[in-house]
Amino acid sequence: MTTPTPRPTMASRRQLLGAGGALVLATFWPTMHHGRAQGAARSGGTAAEQGMLVENAQGVFAPNAYIRIAADNRITLILPNVEMGQGIYTSSVMLIAEELGIDMAQVAIEAAPPGAGAEITGGSTSVMTEWLPLRQAGAAARSMLVQAAAARWQAQVADCTTRSATIIHVPTGRTLPFGAVAAQAAALPVPQKPTLKDPATYTLLGKPQHRIDSTVKVEGRAIFGMDVQVPGQKIGTVAACPVEGGTLASMNRAAALAVHGVQAVLVNAPNNTVCVVADHYWAARKGLRALKPQWHYGPNAHVTTQTIYDQLHDGLSGPAIVANTKGDAPAIIAHAPTTYTATYQQPLLAHAPMEPINCTAHVRPDGCDIWTGTQIADRARDTAVELTGLPKEKVAVHCQYIGGGFGRRLEHEYVTQCIEFARQLPYPLKIIWSREEDLTRDRYRPAYVDQMTAALDDRGFITALTHRIVGPAVVARWDPPELTKDGYDEDLSVTTIITPYTYPAYRLEFARREAPGVVTAWWRGVGGTRGLFVVEGFIDELAHRAGADPVAYRRAMLAQNPRALAVLDKAAQLAGWNTPLPPGRARGVAVQFAFGSYMASIAEVEMPEPDNVIIHRVTAVVDCGRVLNPDQVVSQIEGGLIFGFSAALYNEITLEGGRVQQNNFNTWRIMRMNEAPRKIDVLLMPSTEDPGGIGEVGTAAAAPVLANAMAAAQGRRYRTLPLLSPRNGATGKEQG
Amino acid sequence: MLSLNINGQSHQVDVDPDTPLLWVLRDVLGLNATKFGCGIAQCGACTVHMDGRAVRACNLPVGLIGEQHISTLEGVAPTDPVAKAVQAAWVALDVVQCGYCQPGQIMAAIALLRSVPNPTDEQIDSAMSANLCRCGTYVRIRAAIHHAAGALA
Amino acid sequence: MRNPKHTRSITGQPDTTLPRYPLDRVYACLRGSFSACLLGGVALLAATPHAHAAPPASVENGRYLARAADCEVCHTAEGGTPYAGGRAFSLPGIGVMYAPNITPDKTAGIGTWTDQQFVDAVRKGVSPHWKHLYPAMPYPAYARMSEAQVRDIRAYLATLPVSPQKTPENAIKFPFSIRGLMVFWNMLNGPAASYADDPGKPADWNRGRYLVEGPGHCADCHTPRTATFGLDGKRALGGNVVNGWRAYNLTSDKQSGLGAWSDQDLAQYLATGHADGHGTAAGDMADVVGHSLRYLSAPDIHAMVVYLRSIPPLHTAEDTVERTTPPAGDATLPQTTRGARLYASACAGCHMPDGTGRQSSFGTITGARSLGADNGRNLVQILVQGSGMQTTTGVQIMPHFAGGGLSERDLADIASFVMTHFTTATPHNMEQAVHDAKEAK
Ligand code: FES
Ligand code: FES
Repeated sequence: MTTPTPRPTMASRRQLLGAGGALVLATFWPTMHHGRAQGAARSGGTAAEQGMLVENAQGVFAPNAYIRIAADNRITLILPNVEMGQGIYTSSVMLIAEELGIDMAQVAIEAAPPGAGAEITGGSTSVMTEWLPLRQAGAAARSMLVQAAAARWQAQVADCTTRSATIIHVPTGRTLPFGAVAAQAAALPVPQKPTLKDPATYTLLGKPQHRIDSTVKVEGRAIFGMDVQVPGQKIGTVAACPVEGGTLASMNRAAALAVHGVQAVLVNAPNNTVCVVADHYWAARKGLRALKPQWHYGPNAHVTTQTIYDQLHDGLSGPAIVANTKGDAPAIIAHAPTTYTATYQQPLLAHAPMEPINCTAHVRPDGCDIWTGTQIADRARDTAVELTGLPKEKVAVHCQYIGGGFGRRLEHEYVTQCIEFARQLPYPLKIIWSREEDLTRDRYRPAYVDQMTAALDDRGFITALTHRIVGPAVVARWDPPELTKDGYDEDLSVTTIITPYTYPAYRLEFARREAPGVVTAWWRGVGGTRGLFVVEGFIDELAHRAGADPVAYRRAMLAQNPRALAVLDKAAQLAGWNTPLPPGRARGVAVQFAFGSYMASIAEVEMPEPDNVIIHRVTAVVDCGRVLNPDQVVSQIEGGLIFGFSAALYNEITLEGGRVQQNNFNTWRIMRMNEAPRKIDVLLMPSTEDPGGIGEVGTAAAAPVLANAMAAAQGRRYRTLPLLSPRNGATGKEQG
Repeated sequence: MLSLNINGQSHQVDVDPDTPLLWVLRDVLGLNATKFGCGIAQCGACTVHMDGRAVRACNLPVGLIGEQHISTLEGVAPTDPVAKAVQAAWVALDVVQCGYCQPGQIMAAIALLRSVPNPTDEQIDSAMSANLCRCGTYVRIRAAIHHAAGALA
Repeated sequence: MRNPKHTRSITGQPDTTLPRYPLDRVYACLRGSFSACLLGGVALLAATPHAHAAPPASVENGRYLARAADCEVCHTAEGGTPYAGGRAFSLPGIGVMYAPNITPDKTAGIGTWTDQQFVDAVRKGVSPHWKHLYPAMPYPAYARMSEAQVRDIRAYLATLPVSPQKTPENAIKFPFSIRGLMVFWNMLNGPAASYADDPGKPADWNRGRYLVEGPGHCADCHTPRTATFGLDGKRALGGNVVNGWRAYNLTSDKQSGLGAWSDQDLAQYLATGHADGHGTAAGDMADVVGHSLRYLSAPDIHAMVVYLRSIPPLHTAEDTVERTTPPAGDATLPQTTRGARLYASACAGCHMPDGTGRQSSFGTITGARSLGADNGRNLVQILVQGSGMQTTTGVQIMPHFAGGGLSERDLADIASFVMTHFTTATPHNMEQAVHDAKEAK
């Protein structure tokens, strides 16, 4: 995923927020550009070297994180990234705690308020960006605390050590809790290059730590946006015109107001959404049913799924942007004795996080509070500023636990919507979307068509490759400056031209086609998920064509990439790739480099009938650099794979008359426990490279590894998602 | 006014009898551990116990409850050995990701272990597959149920 | 006539498809008319009944009878104003017919009709200006009601808020558009008359007969039709297929009818739409319960039971099903077949592995005929169409499962599993059955 370019800051300032004897340390680091993160990790550079500690900031200063150590020894970490299941709170705490010398259990966590444009949780970038600065922050705070204690004891800093938030003077055994010297420490200068621990001495990092949010979540005490309770709040539920671009025609306001418990019926300014406000959700829902809004469907009323696919296939010929090129691939292909072409197609997808979209807002003449789960708190705040005309500092965004992001909460239109309604009311308003609203008014992962053509040598290996992507450029809406001046969305390169393989010549083209009648958005794994299905499917086809073993064929292409080769070899070994399969089973493989991490995965499936897929086992070997919390990496791979399998097997958003036809879990199928792989084995390669992202890695692998296994089982290719779609079955074109 | 017995306490609520229990718990009584996921009994996020059975609160009109006892995750007594074992297993195996589905999963698992103390994989799948987890924590849920069963044995 | 298809908007989006009128019934009916015509039949109408001084009409009684006759469902568009008409009946090959607005609006409704005109429409199928109604309107059954009773209904309708909603013109293609053809049909199958109580029978039997045969018009769905599409008196209440749903055998046959039901179960089913051991009403029957039967008094429900008990047994293979009892509990599904796995995922959230209702007894499906009878016809229908029933505690929904990630074969596998898990039925051609049901949706 692409994130906005960070603004360079020279500012630094000692933060003494909530002072009164507390040490408060702020850290700042710019959010990385995703593509750059990839490049950095690939070239072995340090991805997060721009992180810095700050003091004496002038003017606007927006730190990413704070450490607050109070006199009573309470330690609070205020973190910019939102916990949406990826375990980021836990790994952030580990990073600080490791250097600071405290126990995990001694820390309380708060979500940071919006800053100056950097607080984005997405693109699997969290660990990559925080790796250095959080350790630096912990080390700096520790060094200041130790200095302060040493001064009090009139002892040598070198004689002091720390453990469990206590400074210990080793020679005498004297101790001081951190809180006791916090105020003195706060008066000391912040060391700009604090000495970091030798990784060999780590006690937390690299060792499995329990999630710090497990207990609250298991006891039902975690507050998600859905759970926010503000005194005096009422509950609203909304209906937007079911066709994008339509408007409200009429409604039966009186009938809605007659429902027991209904308080108000509201219409937003663009006149495309209604909201019924009531004492509780059920009354609001009944009110909405009585309201019976009627719509002018507008210009998109004719859009069907086929409209969108037709337009994408149309983009396979004609002009396109050349996004990346090496050598003269078209010329090589034109003269090659053998070429091979295949076209892949992928559908629109909904996010369907388990927690339906919701937002709570209280708009007053003198201020505005917003409580919601968001991956992009800044934009939530900015939309409120724009709508209310209030100054920035009067708008507070209170970030809550997120019941599933997957990119959905990188959108903030629901915050805009909530404020539009809340500003019409004197009391706080919580809007809750029904699941039907959530699915039919989502912002969807785009549909794409990809075509690849390879020139092949006599052993069946690629001598040149052209790849055309047809689809929307999500970034053009989401962050327009990030669109290249040619009109390319660099996210599309991930796993497409940025792969572990090296091609002698290639040409990547992009024919932009924005789907009519739908708003497209980021979706877990974004470019990586789109690209890997195509590229790993195609490589598998070429291996098959060459009569080569799919692992051996890939090995030959990975000679220059030891990390990729290592994960592939290890996965093949663990999955028993060269051992015979039980009757009726087949295996498929996929290799990837995305989000700064390498992975090879192997799926073992059985297909008793052509439309019945049983996934017995998935083996994944991951090299994501230095592993912070191994068990959570495993957990993300497990979950990411299952999330991806749902989409690969079942999911396709379709439109009829401009309306999305899937509207609840009866028609939007999600993989369930008895369909999930019986066994998922994840092995993490030991590595001292900087950490890569992990939240989207499994999802990107899911479709290709499954499709390749199914192809092996059925003896035909799967080029269209969802995999069980009747459209699968066509063969690739070979010329020669 | 309807009278409901929730977590051992009697509550009087002024709602229509067709109101699903879920919204009385969440919006009227402020008991938010029970989650809303679909409203059509397809996801299990709203699972609570009614006289010990795991039921979907989103599809249970309060008018049908009568004297039956409701318990929610908030009211699962920390002294109850099954509930304790399940919650401990969930923490020990770090099952949760976003955590939104987990109150429902845990309530379903507690009900399962009360009736089948040592379930097989097949029995777990049979009882738990009606609960969705979008984050895909199924492998761990299954393991955690075995773990809890072991701890209770 | 029962409203054909009524898929409630259970998932939030209005269902824009038109309900479909039972095609075979309409064709047969019109074919009958033609043959009557060719035979040189003479158009004669039943004599206009002589007017007599009517007692003052009772609005209360009218409301009760309007409910007993289930007027509202057909005369209300999906999600529309009650009684304002506009419900479309799609007749493939014939056209679309719309139930008229029967609110007292003077132009759009029936505000200007005289009582006698109303009585004639309800009892004879003839509306003002000699427009013959198509027998979607069950006037042959309604003729069992007395003129006075029908005037009561009129009096009740007159109290409704007026709705200016215009009923769309029927779009019926020639020759079906010739309403006069109905004259011949009426001669063959047409209006009966209200009849006197049978003094040899107890009062509740007589009341029950009146409710079942008159306003309740049960036979319209539950009695097979003759070649001219009249009700087949020899097989009265012996079960029939309407809109793809099986309207089950209501005779006293022990295996295929109601013979094995206890009085109490039958009464409970009629009054609430559910009886343990017999499942929950779905599809059109859910509408009958939700809009009509649940408003009837306990003595009237009892009377219907008494009368239904007296219907001579008639055995029908289609309505026969033998149940099996799966092991009780929440963890009993064999996960070895796809049908069982899908049942555990999509169905057990309400119906539990053993078929007992999870949230409430409305979800208890054990013993229901639909689990196996007629090769799972109604089971397939409900999977494809879903159902919703209005109860005192809201609409009890069963979501449909057509059109998403579940393929036709997935649905067929669920149906096959249910049939073999809960009954001894032998499913066959289930995928075709699902396909047909989806096509007809
Ligand atoms: S919210 Fe009740 S089952 Fe989904
Ligand atoms: S943990 Fe996120 S939905 Fe289950």
